[in-house]
Amino acid sequence: MSETISPPSLWRDGRPVYDRGGTVCVIGAGASGLAAIKNLKEHGFGVDCYERETGVGGAWNWRHDRSPVYASTHLISSKPLTQYPDFPMPDTWPDYPHHSQLLSYLERYADHFDLRSHIWFGTEVVRVEPVEGGRWDVTTRGARGGAERTQRYAAVVVANGHNWWPKTPAYEGQEQFRGEVVHASAYSDPAQLRGRKVLVVGAGNTGCDLAVEAAQQAAKCWHSTRRGYWYTPKYVMGRPADQVNDLTLALRLPLRLRQWLFHRVLRMTVGDLSRFGLPRPDHKVYETHPIVNSQLIYYLGHGRITPVPDVARFTRTGVELTDGSTIDPDLVLLATGYLPRFEFLAPEILNLDADGRPRLHMHTFSRTHPTIAVAGLLQPDSGLFTLVHWQTVAIARWLRLRESDPQRAAAFWNAVASSPDRRWTQAKVKDSTRHWFEVGHTVYLRALQKTLDELEVAA
Amino acid sequence: MAGRTRIMRAREWAYPVPPVRREVLSAQPEADEGRPPVLFVPGFGHGAWAFAQFWLGHTAARGFPAYAMSLRGHGASGSAPHTTLRAYVHDVVQVAAGLPRQAVLVGHGAGALVVAKALARYPARAGVLAAPVLGGFGSFAAALWRNPLGTIPAVFGGPLRLGRRQLFSRELPAETARQYTSRLGRAAPLAQWQLLAHRPAEAPVGAPPVLVVGSPDDRVVSVSTLQRTAARYGGAPLLFPGMGHDLMLDARWREPIDAILDWLEKAFAATERSPLIGYERLDDLLPPVRPADPGAWVA
Repeated sequence: MSETISPPSLWRDGRPVYDRGGTVCVIGAGASGLAAIKNLKEHGFGVDCYERETGVGGAWNWRHDRSPVYASTHLISSKPLTQYPDFPMPDTWPDYPHHSQLLSYLERYADHFDLRSHIWFGTEVVRVEPVEGGRWDVTTRGARGGAERTQRYAAVVVANGHNWWPKTPAYEGQEQFRGEVVHASAYSDPAQLRGRKVLVVGAGNTGCDLAVEAAQQAAKCWHSTRRGYWYTPKYVMGRPADQVNDLTLALRLPLRLRQWLFHRVLRMTVGDLSRFGLPRPDHKVYETHPIVNSQLIYYLGHGRITPVPDVARFTRTGVELTDGSTIDPDLVLLATGYLPRFEFLAPEILNLDADGRPRLHMHTFSRTHPTIAVAGLLQPDSGLFTLVHWQTVAIARWLRLRESDPQRAAAFWNAVASSPDRRWTQAKVKDSTRHWFEVGHTVYLRALQKTLDELEVAA
Repeated sequence: MAGRTRIMRAREWAYPVPPVRREVLSAQPEADEGRPPVLFVPGFGHGAWAFAQFWLGHTAARGFPAYAMSLRGHGASGSAPHTTLRAYVHDVVQVAAGLPRQAVLVGHGAGALVVAKALARYPARAGVLAAPVLGGFGSFAAALWRNPLGTIPAVFGGPLRLGRRQLFSRELPAETARQYTSRLGRAAPLAQWQLLAHRPAEAPVGAPPVLVVGSPDDRVVSVSTLQRTAARYGGAPLLFPGMGHDLMLDARWREPIDAILDWLEKAFAATERSPLIGYERLDDLLPPVRPADPGAWVA
């Protein structure tokens, strides 16, 4: 591990390249990047992290341009299934903390493990290019402009998040619509809804949260969903629903039995959704990303939310739905999700397919370049931090093993390079831009456990 | 001590430990020299007071932020009659994670077992096991032999009592020793039974250095136990002859804590450096690339 920098002896396109020796570059200081810094550090690596914003926390920092959080955002997974496994959230916090608590949690994590001294704030990564010997030239510049500079790293961990590039559908006639159409990423405060007639499009967790906010604030709220979903309440039998669910996982009940049990519980607690005018779910539970919302049904029952089918086209004064009816909202909120983006990387490095989805081993390891990995590109049915912690431990162990035991590393690499794509879920999950990186936390963690055991470096 | 890292904890996710009020005492050094905080974890029956007596202030005087906690059901922490070892470990990890910086965990007696288990769940800067009671049938037989009247009630869920002569050397005045023993409480029956049979502590996370200290004249923990424990962590125990089990309260309390702090100073001397040092030289070579907002730059 080299700690000092020699004067430039390397050049790339007529510009100097500074050699950072065995140091690893981490891109992004959100929840995934912070875990990557901490775990790489713990495994003895020098770490430089680049963060375009001026604080840690990434998506969870509401001050950030790219943060998707809105004023009322709370966790949808409970504390034990959300926190970093080696840094628990305080006992005094509620089961489902608020986003501002999440930010303070991440800030405390950064201070506790002294991570800030590794982070270059206000610095954006422009290009990441492979060079000979499995190393990487990382070109950065100030987030508000400035000269570029290039440094050479032993490895790169990409942790740039996947909830900042809005996926915006284009509807027929949208340009002539006189009302306002905004993506949920631009929504932050309920004052934006007050007194307006709001159409919320999308039945993800954000869509349902926004529909509930509109029910409380707006003059009128329509909620457009393409199909029927299962709406899990936040509490079942007086306990956080995900904890009850994990009990059935801990007991290793078979999927069919768990689905049957879950259907029974939903039947008894939420009941028949078609009574509320919602379409019947066309799939079993566990086959789509869980939607956790206790209040949606409540407001449907109070007539504050009107469920409507998918949007067909926009007209000058309103929106035409697929069932032929017309509504007249003056604000359309598109809670249609986000897409992952890696602008600083050539598409072949992460093996991006035509739809821009990276094809990675366990959504982590590149199959062509052993020294680049992606952290946190997962859509789990639990909180992300536990998964990303062990994912970054696996990355750190992998980089260590490459140095300490090339023979075992080669064997692992052969397995990675030839591994087929697979799903890390128990049930067969519907294929969509939202669901391709969906993972079941137990399935994925058990696979990670296997990987960690393979990568164990003899002490 | 190597071992497999366990990552599936479905039972803990499904049944989180219920929260309880926790007593944490602290003593801060006059000037913050960036040293890691030291968290003292007392054994069964003891509370934070046992460390507050001498070690807490002494540690702060030597420049380390010092904290002492009481496990649930002990000292001024909330009562918890149906508690297991897992809840004690949870208490330690909660307090450690709540400290401003990565902490050193120091456990005494059965508190050392709790710390050994906490080290597998929280990446401490270092671990110290003082007169560690790691349980098992061997130590039960020894306890039964040395102190039958104090041990037998615990078999039936009663308190596990340690005698004055087990805890302290003869150098400590009898009156002082009596005062200390009168302050002893008790651990939950379940946790006491778990001393007999529990899963051995998993390997620590983050590979912290671990030190074992004790006394060859300790009438609770034998020298062979100390040596075996230290060997598991790849070292040898530091021994302080002529002291009883309660190293932090006995007449010569200063010797073990000074040895522990010396060891900590030595362990951290090698690692205290800033990771961005290299950049200061780089900045001399290159025109500075600074964003418009001057506060945005940390180097």
